[in-house]
Amino acid sequence: MYDLRCESVIKRFGNFTAVNGVSFGVPAGSFFSILGPSGCGKTTLMRMIAGFEHPDAGDILLKENSVLNLAPNKRNVKMVFQHLALFPMMNVGENIAYGLRCRGDAKAGIGEKVRAVLDRVGLPGVEDKQISQLSGGQKQRIAIARCMVLEPDVLLLDEPLGALDLKLREHMKIELKQLQHQFETTFLYITHDQSEALVMSDNVAVMNAGRFEQIGPPRELYDNPVSGFVAGFVGDTNRWEGRIDRLVDGTARVALNGGGSVLAKTGANSLREASAVEVFVRPEAVAIGRGNDGATLSGRVDSLLFNGANSRILVRTETGKLVEVADTSGATGFNEGDPIDIHWHADRALCFARDAA
Amino acid sequence: MRSDTGKLSLILLMAPFALWIVLLIALPQFGIGYVSLREKVGPGEYELGFANYTAFLGEPIYWNTLLRTAWMSILVTFLALVVGFPVAYYIAKIARKRARAGLFLLCLIPLWVSDLVRAFGWIVLLRETGIVSSSLQWMGVISGPVELLYNDITVIIGLVYTVVLFMIVPLVSTLDGMDDAMLEAGYNLGGSRFTVFRRIIVPYAMPGLVAGCIITFMLTAGSYLTPILLGGKNSSWFTEQIYNQFITRYNWEAGATFGVLLLAFTSLVVWVGLRLTGQSLATTVAKE
Amino acid sequence: MKASLKLLLAGTALSLVAGTVSAETLRLMTWGSYAPEELINKFEEEYPDIVVEVTFSNNEEMIAKLRATGGSGYDLAQPSHDRIFSAQQEYNIYKPLDLSQIDTSVMSENLLEGVKANTTIDGEVYAVPHQWGTSGIMTNKSVAPDVTGWNDLCDPAYEGKTSMRLRRTILLGTAFGMGMDPFALYDDPEAYQDMLDQVTEKLIDCKSVIKTYWTGGDDLAALMLSGEVVVSETWDSTAYKLFGENPDIVFVPPETGALAWIDTFAIPRGGEADDAAYKWINFVMRPENVEIMSASTGAIAAVPNGIDLLPEDKRAAVQAAFEDTDLENLKFFANIPAGIEDMEGLALERIQAAQ
Repeated sequence: MYDLRCESVIKRFGNFTAVNGVSFGVPAGSFFSILGPSGCGKTTLMRMIAGFEHPDAGDILLKENSVLNLAPNKRNVKMVFQHLALFPMMNVGENIAYGLRCRGDAKAGIGEKVRAVLDRVGLPGVEDKQISQLSGGQKQRIAIARCMVLEPDVLLLDEPLGALDLKLREHMKIELKQLQHQFETTFLYITHDQSEALVMSDNVAVMNAGRFEQIGPPRELYDNPVSGFVAGFVGDTNRWEGRIDRLVDGTARVALNGGGSVLAKTGANSLREASAVEVFVRPEAVAIGRGNDGATLSGRVDSLLFNGANSRILVRTETGKLVEVADTSGATGFNEGDPIDIHWHADRALCFARDAA
Repeated sequence: MRSDTGKLSLILLMAPFALWIVLLIALPQFGIGYVSLREKVGPGEYELGFANYTAFLGEPIYWNTLLRTAWMSILVTFLALVVGFPVAYYIAKIARKRARAGLFLLCLIPLWVSDLVRAFGWIVLLRETGIVSSSLQWMGVISGPVELLYNDITVIIGLVYTVVLFMIVPLVSTLDGMDDAMLEAGYNLGGSRFTVFRRIIVPYAMPGLVAGCIITFMLTAGSYLTPILLGGKNSSWFTEQIYNQFITRYNWEAGATFGVLLLAFTSLVVWVGLRLTGQSLATTVAKE
Repeated sequence: MKASLKLLLAGTALSLVAGTVSAETLRLMTWGSYAPEELINKFEEEYPDIVVEVTFSNNEEMIAKLRATGGSGYDLAQPSHDRIFSAQQEYNIYKPLDLSQIDTSVMSENLLEGVKANTTIDGEVYAVPHQWGTSGIMTNKSVAPDVTGWNDLCDPAYEGKTSMRLRRTILLGTAFGMGMDPFALYDDPEAYQDMLDQVTEKLIDCKSVIKTYWTGGDDLAALMLSGEVVVSETWDSTAYKLFGENPDIVFVPPETGALAWIDTFAIPRGGEADDAAYKWINFVMRPENVEIMSASTGAIAAVPNGIDLLPEDKRAAVQAAFEDTDLENLKFFANIPAGIEDMEGLALERIQAAQ
């Protein structure tokens, strides 16, 4: 049972195709993210689901019923806007009661519902505050409460964390996930920030140039990307360009531009010898020391980037490439300029056809 | 030393403004207030007192004209709002960015000619042998010439035309600041067009709306040429009474009294309006 | 061009050498068309030291402006003869004339004596006559041939096609039309008020008949020439001008007598160019200049053969309008006693405000 399903949705603006045949389903009660760079069409897709845009082709179904002919105010999807769009001329209680009053709820019950939803988002008793008196995180929760009080089939969230500072953003990621659990409502979250998508989502769709490149759980996207775009966009990675000079059983020997060669697993796509490719190796897959042939590079330590658990060693290889190496302990004892060998497990190097772009 | 030069430049900067306020606004008002308190007791002889004010209250023509001016000004303000709001909304929210400046300019064009010329423009259009009357006859809508001047409706139309711009400008600047997402949120949460208009757009635009209403009301109540020229034999506008007292009756005392009363009365109306809408001057006209 | 250049120079000189002027300026406040360009140029040629600056106005504004400045700002004014006495008593805005400086011999004897009688205070004369004319009725013969007097303005037969100026003239005219003599009641305020009440009532009833109140000569001309108005109260000079454009439009002296006004010369108390003012008075009263003036104004100069000095078409219009009996029947405005104007003002306001 899907709460929300899109079937081959297409939206064009003049000659520009913003959304190009997107299909997906969001299972009831799950947290689904659409991840993509700005301009990839994710906002347009969300606006079509909310009803602010009309698709040129395809269908959008809520609880398996098409909503194409329903006006925005008749669809049971609610939306948390990028800048929240709380109503500044109303206080918190009125903001939340707005939807209930539009729906025609009995006056008597409204106050109770407002109180209840404020309790659930952890802000009891703020009904009479003005919006301007709230902190960024509180506004966020009020914006969600304003939607959730209407018990929507799906809650759409349009990069709502974008305006928050880093610390608060990290905090709100966790809180959003908890809220979703608590309300047991389907969340559709769009973002360009891969860490938000990975942390919170049950499923993530990676969108690029109007299409979905891959849909799957975060770990699958991270470990088994189906395209170079996904591999590059989801998570940190080292990326080297080169050309396949030998291809055996799904393992390619890639001659890197600038010299040297490495072995890499090919993705599902049909690569041939002499194809231009990119090789992706995640920093945490790289270890210090010599390894197997084709999975080892030598160089010197270029710089040490300390960032706690995310610390990195930047290695300048003999052929001049910069390679990020995870340094989880941050205590390897290397100094800048020291010679260093690095290696990785052959399975952890992936190669994909180089994008035309 | 530094603060001295700072002070000096501040004084130099403020001096023209202060002079303007004092010489051109404050002093004349005090003068008018003083003249209004002079009672004429004989040729060239005056005493201080409130006789001019009691004379105003004792003559129904005067206070009836004041009330009529006030209620017609309120009507004009309301109509200017009804006409101006959609225009302002279109310019601020619907028109493409590039078209906005042009549309704004179109609204401004009538201001390039004086009040007098605009009033004569209306006269040319609406007089019995004017363009509208003859076109209607030519089209066969009416059989004989029709006089469209010299009635209240024409006066109101002329006034609305004159002041509507002053309603549009503050509305545009307020509506311009409204995030479209606010409207979408209004619909998304289940609001109908009317609900969104009533509960979101209007409250949001309220500061500009009240500012526009104050400006148009004051301008209308203080206008002279349009009501006189278009109203003709049936015009009855308080500023005309003031003019008559000063110029044709040489009664400066009464004229000054009427001036004070007009200022006080329109200020009262504005104050009541602000109270009713829960706004203040600081949130509307003086808004940054 | 030349005059404006001179004005500019004079203005510059004034501002540079505050107070001491190289060329004297005559600041004239008068009625529209009472200072034709042709005459000003001629005057400035004859007196190269004098620059003429003209402000057009009307009786009420002249007095209001002079009152506001205490009689300064202008060197010569031209109010009507009935607007001197009370204004002078009340506001002290004029200065006595030095009659030895004025060539009164060219002026028509009876007008001069009449104006003197009206404007003498404490033995000092404050005004001399310039031009005179009448107020009466103008009618478009082709549409309204039977118009004879003030009452026709309120004749329902001409509903929506009559006009008047809502000033004291129409109050007086209407009173005459109703068979009363307002000038005889000037000394009896109570009776005058009673008369005014009747006139007010009549004119309020009349509002449904008239089209609108005219406010100036151009306004009236447009109404008459377009045919929107066929009968109107008028200054005779305006009627004569329109006669030139449409011979059906004629002046009709009301059967009760046309109301005659005399525009005068008076020197404001703060006038700074008395000498130039006297020169202007004597200049415009010369026969050859009277013709230019009358051609411009349409009014008759206060000289013995004033009518003969009108341009031909206007003379014809006057002769068509007036017979000798009409001339004998003229009602000259009498000096307004204090208080009367207030009563009239209130009556006018009542009429204007009536709906």
